[in-house]
Amino acid sequence: MNRKQKLTLARILTAAVLAVAVHFSPLEGWGRLAAYLVPYFLIGYDVLRQAALGIWHREIFDENFLMAIATVGALALGQVEEGVEVMLFYQVGELFQSYAVGKSRRSIAALMDIRPDAANVERDGGILVLDPDEVQPGDVIVVRPGERVPLDGTVIEGVSSLNTGALTGESLPRDAAPGDEVISGCINLSGVLRVRVTKPFEESTVSRILELVENSSLKKSRAENFITRFARYYTPAVCAGAALLAVVPPLFLGDWSVWVSRALTFLVISCPCALVISIPLSFFGGIGGASRAGILVKGGNYLEALASAKTVVFDKTGTLTKGVFSVTAVAPASGWQPGELLELAALAESYSNHPISRSLREAAGGQLSLSRAADAQELAGNGVVAQVDGKEVAAGNARLMEKLGIPFTENSRPGTVVYVAVERRFAGSIVISDELKPTSASAVRGLQAQGVRTVLLTGDNDAAAHAAGEALGIDEVHSGLLPTDKVERMEQLLAQKPPKSTLAFAGDGINDAPVLSRADIGIAMGAMGSDAAIEAADIVLMDDDPRKISLAMRIARKCLRIVRENIVFALGVKGVCLLLGALGAAGMQAAIFADVGVMVLAVLNAIRTLRVPREPARPQAGALPENA
Amino acid sequence: MKRKYKITVDCANCAAKMENAVKKLEGVTDASISFLGQKLMIEASEERFDSLMKEVVRTCKRVEPDCEIEL
Repeated sequence: MNRKQKLTLARILTAAVLAVAVHFSPLEGWGRLAAYLVPYFLIGYDVLRQAALGIWHREIFDENFLMAIATVGALALGQVEEGVEVMLFYQVGELFQSYAVGKSRRSIAALMDIRPDAANVERDGGILVLDPDEVQPGDVIVVRPGERVPLDGTVIEGVSSLNTGALTGESLPRDAAPGDEVISGCINLSGVLRVRVTKPFEESTVSRILELVENSSLKKSRAENFITRFARYYTPAVCAGAALLAVVPPLFLGDWSVWVSRALTFLVISCPCALVISIPLSFFGGIGGASRAGILVKGGNYLEALASAKTVVFDKTGTLTKGVFSVTAVAPASGWQPGELLELAALAESYSNHPISRSLREAAGGQLSLSRAADAQELAGNGVVAQVDGKEVAAGNARLMEKLGIPFTENSRPGTVVYVAVERRFAGSIVISDELKPTSASAVRGLQAQGVRTVLLTGDNDAAAHAAGEALGIDEVHSGLLPTDKVERMEQLLAQKPPKSTLAFAGDGINDAPVLSRADIGIAMGAMGSDAAIEAADIVLMDDDPRKISLAMRIARKCLRIVRENIVFALGVKGVCLLLGALGAAGMQAAIFADVGVMVLAVLNAIRTLRVPREPARPQAGALPENA
Repeated sequence: MKRKYKITVDCANCAAKMENAVKKLEGVTDASISFLGQKLMIEASEERFDSLMKEVVRTCKRVEPDCEIEL
C-alpha cells in the first residue's frame, strides 16, 4: 500500500469506530445528527471537495458528484446513518480498487522485469559499473555468469550459454562464442563474456521490448472504447432516471421521502467503474501474460482482432521452414559434370546475398575466386545472368529459361530448382530445398483445432509448395508467387474471409513488410534483434516457433471471453439493482455492495488473463478437459 | 509530433474522460491516456507544443484535480 492508501485505510477505520460509537450513544435529535457529521466529514471530505470542484468546472456526473448528492440527500432526508455508511462503503471500495489495480499493475510489470540495472564497462584498464544508458556503442562490457546482458553487442571473448527465457519464453539456453551477437535481456549462465556494445541502451532490444509493452495499453481495443462511450451515456441516463424517480411517482402517490431515497440508490448504482477498470485490466493482463511467453502484442486492439481470426496465412521460408537452404540434388545435362555445374551456378550468383546463392556457394565448396565472375545482372524474381570465365552463364528459375528462349528439361523434384544455361545452352538443374521446422506441423494442427483455415503463400514451384503443404497438412497452398503477387493474393484472401472474422499473416518480417501491413494482423517471427520486424508487425514472436501463433490465439480468445463475461456480469448486476432499487427492494447499502462487489469480482476475473492457457490436453485416459 | 508523458491518475473513468477532453483541444491531433500504464500520449503540431501541453494539464486538472502530469 502506498501512503495515500494507508491514509484512506486509517480514515476508514477511525470513521467506522466513530460511527459505531455514535450508533450506541444515548444522543438524540440534533445532537445525534451533529455527532454523525464528524465521521461523515472525516471519511467524505475529499469526495465532497472534488464534487464541489467538479461542479465549479462544470464536470458533473463523476463518481464524486454522485456520491456527494446521494449522501447529502440521505442526510437531508434524516437518514444520517445510511449517509455515513454509504460514504464508508464507497471509500472501502475505492481503496480496494486502487489496491487491486496497483497490485495487478505491479505483477504485470514484474513479468516484464527485464530491465538491466548496471553494466560493467572496461575503461582505462579497470572495470567501471555504469548505468546502461551511459554506455556508448563501441565500449567493451563484461558480463559475468548470473548477470543480465545490459546492451546488444558482439562477443569478443569468452564462451558461455545464455538463457533467453525472459525474452522468448523458451527455456533452452543458447550458446554464445566470439563473433556471436548477444541480445540485451538474456541472462548469462556459465562463462564470463567480453562484449563489444553495438547499440546504445535506448535502441537495445530490451528497451524496445519494454517500450512496446508499456505502450500497448495506449492502443485501445474496441471493447474498451465501447465501454468508455457507454459510460458517457450510462451515467447521465441513470441520473435522469433518478430525477424522474424522485419527482414523478410521488406526484401521484405522495410519500416524497421514500421515492427520493430510492432515487438516491439509483445514483449510487450509476457509477460505471467496475466496467471501466476491468476491461483495460483484462487486456493488460492478456498482453502481460503473452509477453512472458515471448509473444509481444502491440495493443489491446490486436489481441481483440486475433481472437476473431479465422484465416492464418503463412509465408513459407523462415516461417514454417528453417530458412536454411541446402543443395539436395544436381541434375546435369549430358556433357556436364555435377561439380562443374555447381561451380558455374555458384559463381554466377556470387554477387547475390540471397540464401539460395549462399547455399550454392556452400555446395560448390572450396575457395571460389570471385574475379572469375563479372557483369552480373539480376533479373528480379527470375535469376541472374553473368559472365563467368568469359562465358555467359544464366542461373535462375524456369521463367528465366523461357524468357531467354532456352529449351530445358523440367525438374519436378520438390524444392527450389535453379536451371543453369551456358552460352544460351541448357547445362542442367540444381535442386535446393529448405527443411521444415519440426514444430510447423503441430502449429498448423493447433490452429485448425481452433477452427482456423490455414493458407501457405510461397514463391516456390508447385511441386515444392505442395510437398510442404501436404507434409504440414495445410488447407490451401498458393505457389510460384513473386513478392508483388503476394500482396495481390493477400487482397483476394481478405475478400474471401468469412464476414466479421479477421485474417492474420505470419512471416519472418524480412521480405514481407507490405503483406504484413496489409493483413488485419501482421505476425512477425524470430524477431529477436530484428528492428524491421518489430516495427512492421502488430504481434511479434520473439523466437521462431510457429506454435506460438496458436498459443497467442488461445490467449487472445481467453482474454476476450473474460472481457465479455465482465461486461455481461457488471451490466447484469447493475440492471437488476436498478430494478430492485426502483421497486424499493434494494436499499442504498445493497446498491453500494453491488457496486463494490461487482468491481471486486470483475477485477479478480480480469487478473485471470495473466495465466497463459496451456495446450489443450489430447483426449487421453485420465486427462481432464481444460476449463480455465 | 508525438510525445509520451507519465501521468498519475487514480480512477479509470476519469482517465477516459480526460482523454476525451484532451482530444477535443484545438491543435491536438490525437491523444490517449492509459490508466494502467499511467501514460499520456499526445500528438500535436510541433510549433506550439509547449503552450499546448500547459492547456492539456489544465484540462486534465479540470476533470480530476488530483491528477499529476510530469512535463
